[in-house]
Amino acid sequence: MKKLLIVDDEPNIVMSLEYLFQKENFEVFIARDGAEAIEITEKVLPDIILLDIMMPKVDGYQVLNYLKSVEELSQIKVIILSAKTKISDVELGLQLGADKYVTKPFSTKKLVADVVELLNKNTKK
Amino acid sequence: MSSFLVILVIVAYLATIFYVAYWAEKNSKSNWVNNPYVYTLSLAVYCTAWTYYGSVGLAATSGLKFLTIYLGPVIIIPAWIILMKKILRIAKGNKISSLADFISLRYGNDRFLGALVTVICVFAIVPYISLQLKAISETFNVITNHKLPGNTVFNDTTLYIAILLAIFAAFFGTQNTDATERHKGIITAVALESTIKLFFFLVIGVYVTFFLFNGPIDIYNQASILSNFEIQQKINGVEGGINWFLLSILSMIAIMLLPRQFQVTVVENEREKYLKKVIWLFPLYLMLFNVFVILIAWAGNIYFQNQHVNADHFTLLLPLFNNNHTLALLGFLGGFSAAMSMVVVSTLALSTMLSNNLIIPYGFLTRFSKGESHKNNESIKNIRRIAIFTLVIIAYFFYKSFTLDKSLVSIGLISFVIIAQLAPAFFGGLFWRRGSSKGAKYGIIVGFLVCIYTLVIPFTIESKIIASTFLNEGLFGIEVLKPYQLFGLQILDPVTHAFFWSLFFNIITYAIVSVNIIGNYRERNFAEMFVDSTKYAMLHEDAYVWKGEAYVRDIRKVLSRFLGERRTDRAMNLFFMKYNLDKNTQFADARLVNFSEKLLTGSIGSASARILISSVVKEEEISLTEVLNILDETQKAKESNKELKERDKQKDEFLDTVAHELKTPITSIRALSEILLDHDDVDNATKTKFLNSILKESERVSRLINNILDLEKLASGRQKLNLTKNSIKNTVQKSIDAVKQLAINNNIEITNEVIEDKIFLFDDDRIEQVIINLLSNAIKFSNDEKGQVSVHAKIYQNSIEVSVEDNGKGIGTDELVSIFNKFYQSKNQTLLKPVGSGLGLAISKQIIESHNGKIWADNINPQGARITFTLPLNINKYEEAADS
Repeated sequence: MKKLLIVDDEPNIVMSLEYLFQKENFEVFIARDGAEAIEITEKVLPDIILLDIMMPKVDGYQVLNYLKSVEELSQIKVIILSAKTKISDVELGLQLGADKYVTKPFSTKKLVADVVELLNKNTKK
Repeated sequence: MSSFLVILVIVAYLATIFYVAYWAEKNSKSNWVNNPYVYTLSLAVYCTAWTYYGSVGLAATSGLKFLTIYLGPVIIIPAWIILMKKILRIAKGNKISSLADFISLRYGNDRFLGALVTVICVFAIVPYISLQLKAISETFNVITNHKLPGNTVFNDTTLYIAILLAIFAAFFGTQNTDATERHKGIITAVALESTIKLFFFLVIGVYVTFFLFNGPIDIYNQASILSNFEIQQKINGVEGGINWFLLSILSMIAIMLLPRQFQVTVVENEREKYLKKVIWLFPLYLMLFNVFVILIAWAGNIYFQNQHVNADHFTLLLPLFNNNHTLALLGFLGGFSAAMSMVVVSTLALSTMLSNNLIIPYGFLTRFSKGESHKNNESIKNIRRIAIFTLVIIAYFFYKSFTLDKSLVSIGLISFVIIAQLAPAFFGGLFWRRGSSKGAKYGIIVGFLVCIYTLVIPFTIESKIIASTFLNEGLFGIEVLKPYQLFGLQILDPVTHAFFWSLFFNIITYAIVSVNIIGNYRERNFAEMFVDSTKYAMLHEDAYVWKGEAYVRDIRKVLSRFLGERRTDRAMNLFFMKYNLDKNTQFADARLVNFSEKLLTGSIGSASARILISSVVKEEEISLTEVLNILDETQKAKESNKELKERDKQKDEFLDTVAHELKTPITSIRALSEILLDHDDVDNATKTKFLNSILKESERVSRLINNILDLEKLASGRQKLNLTKNSIKNTVQKSIDAVKQLAINNNIEITNEVIEDKIFLFDDDRIEQVIINLLSNAIKFSNDEKGQVSVHAKIYQNSIEVSVEDNGKGIGTDELVSIFNKFYQSKNQTLLKPVGSGLGLAISKQIIESHNGKIWADNINPQGARITFTLPLNINKYEEAADS
């Protein structure tokens, strides 16, 4: 079973994503802020992370930066899920190494498709 | 030492300096060239051969008086952080390339005034250059042990050295026609020479103090037994004190108005922030230089007490006497550096003034207005080169004829006094709006005449060794007109005496004429811009008030005669871009006229630039009051424009945050709804959970939107408060009742501690909204175990204070103010996001402030937070005051 980590501080969004991906047979983990996200990532080594940006204390950019700087964590796929929609935000996210940038509100169907596609790309390699 | 060796050393040294200058020109962007240290060291061009030799001589004969030349600068330079900043801004803003330009521009771009200032400067500085040549010549002879200077002109090495210096100045100083362009080569060379001269002087100082003697105490002891010692070291009572005082003021003026100082400090300045280093580094340099002056002087007096030796040369004689030829040669090089910097920078400054403010305005303008740019520029450069050589040659002949038996210091001081005549016009122009051009002109002329009478004439007569009744009995035998003791003032030395009287008459003339003859509107325009420079600095070309008719193509034609087609095109395009104008605009406005004048100023001076431009435009007369009004309006418009832009930016930021806050609940609603639609097999428990969340988030969106609208209405004043007489105790109780359920759910106990009641005017619903908000926050953040929230009230004579306390963790001291900001979410909140929108406190603050009250937060003992607000008991008093 593939492991998926949801990083977001909004309980209702987390609830919806958790249900969605558990239905898709993922093992779902949850982190509510940046620090917890890094902790869980290092412990569990998920295959893909759904990462929110605006979180208290440690934000998504800092998490992404950290992950990409550590050899064994840098291969984990990351999809940014954020309400920040300015071009500069998207560029920054992609520059920092995110594999995809999805703006909120998002379509659940499309998000699932994106996650599957990214993970398949991985196995193809 | 053989002359041949010394000449070789000089040539080698000149070659090195030449190379450094050349390198600096090629690498003009390098940090080695552009930094505050080079700038500060270039200011040290103030210390010329006068400091190197003359100060020692003065110290040896008259004691501590030599210090006054440096006291002035040391005192005034810290003030430069304000004063010089102002001057720099004005100079940069108007593309000023010389002192004459600065003064002439201030007084309405007056051509005659510019020429007058130039003439005064030439009069003052040619002797000063001579004294450098004299120093070089004499010290050359000391080193090579010649008794007499070269007999004929062609035998005299000094002439050839002078010509070499002129070549240096001309080569590096006239690369560009635009004199506002920096001369990085020369400045770097000057900075290097400042380091060299200080270093070698210090080396000799150390040598004398610690090798020839056993330290400063030893020198002091040996010197104190000399005959003249006591007298020299005192300031000599009140008389001495006044002389010192006046000399210090004189040097304060000199450090700013000497053409070479104005050149390096203002014209060659790259960045304003360099001043920060200058205000401590430059005084330090000056003091360092002077540390050994007095010691060398005393040492010289000790060594040569019974010999007739020129004290000016002690710096070289002491090592020579002890057979240390290398050191003497180093000393000579140091003095040579000092002299060279002075000559190069001064001739540069003077040649710019001569070309831009004297020769071109009065001779060449018609020719230039018809010529091509290439030829014009060559002509301008040639005029400046010829000026440089002429100045040096004249200085040489002046040295040969006049200065042979005078001390270096006395010649230098005369230069200072002549330059000081520009001080009233300069400083008056910076701070006094009424200062007019006629006042400046007459003041300078009067001061100069007094100067000639009290200083120059007696000086030249004396040096011809003609015994003169003039000196002893006054003009035509009239006692009060004795040149050294005008009107019986006997307590001052010749120099301070001349300084005092010349400035006295200068200032009086300036003031009286300015008050009686008001300048024209053009003058007043510039007067406002100079005196109120901070206010008008931002306006740039908008500050120039001008009415008339002008065609862009005519202005273009004039500009291209000096800048060439390409540069003119570029400049005009920049101008149109800056003011958002169409490139094909036909009519020129005041801004373009001003812009064009500034463009030409560097090449031909501000007066000529104005004349040329005004020859192609038709100007209308405007009244003085109109000028001032227009200036005022323009400046106010710029300010309110800035404010509007700020507010727009704030509004944009606010809208961004609102959009972001709305997206979050909508994301949940969408995701949960999609899941329910797409999946048939959702179990009932989950279905219920999801639907409840959708409902809650919908409510969140509504609440958010309502709060934002509320906030906007309150802030813009569109929502009027519904003021009725209410009981505060009543309102508090209603609020507590409203949150009772929430408190029970969270295990919190709320107590109403309001004992005394007060009935006064306030908006009942709104204040209830505030207290409910405060109570909700308190409940949210209260202690989990035994949560306690209480409401208190304190009644004062004119106001009432209501506070809500909890016993939770309290609020971080860095957040006590920011929690009232819109959308602020505390950093220390629990992981569960609060239900609120982040706007509650912001709205409460808005409501309280609409009542003219205040709201703030603090922490209480032992732990917990408290938010307090005040309400005035007589709100109508405020309302009335606000309306009136």
